[in-house]
Amino acid sequence: MTLTKADMVEHLYDKIGLNKREAKDLVEMFFEEIKISLESGKNVKLSGFGNFVLRDKNARPGRNPKTGEEVQVSERRVVTFRPGQKLKGRVEENIGSVE
Amino acid sequence: MTKSEIVEILSKKQNNLNHQDLEASVKMLLNLMSSRLSDGGRIEVRGFGSFSLHYRKARRGRNPKTGEQVALRSKYVPHFKPGKELRERANESRAKVTIQS
Repeated sequence: MTLTKADMVEHLYDKIGLNKREAKDLVEMFFEEIKISLESGKNVKLSGFGNFVLRDKNARPGRNPKTGEEVQVSERRVVTFRPGQKLKGRVEENIGSVE
Repeated sequence: MTKSEIVEILSKKQNNLNHQDLEASVKMLLNLMSSRLSDGGRIEVRGFGSFSLHYRKARRGRNPKTGEQVALRSKYVPHFKPGKELRERANESRAKVTIQS
């Protein structure tokens, strides 16, 4: 049960009445704008859903998990996601009681 | 950048859809994503990343105000793994721009 871009296009076509071309462009542009914002150093806040937050990581010693060999992990910038209260609540409510 | 700013930018970058349709579409996309995760599903968007659920074991916690012990049930929390393209673009931007607070 994996949601893909194709499913999103289908949904916008069904529910809002966009044609397939418009729906496909919109889905592409939506994710592209988030990427553009992040590569401009700007965090993205989607209320009700969550925040995409940039973090700069220092270099650190690591290991190649296959060979066990010690390697230096270079400094890097990473994207993290902090789910919002509403999303966390919905996830817990709906499947929190699943054993 | 916020949801309404995304709608503004999309509105400027394309001519097919009016503001109202764009706003409704963006909200609907986010709602669809939230629903899928709430139903226990995953989301995969190539080049952007994937969302899945991570299990958290039941544990004893404490009320930080009173110090009182409380039992916390097991639960699932949303997790995001950035895709290759997003990972690379974010990392390459490190040399060019600083992170805005």
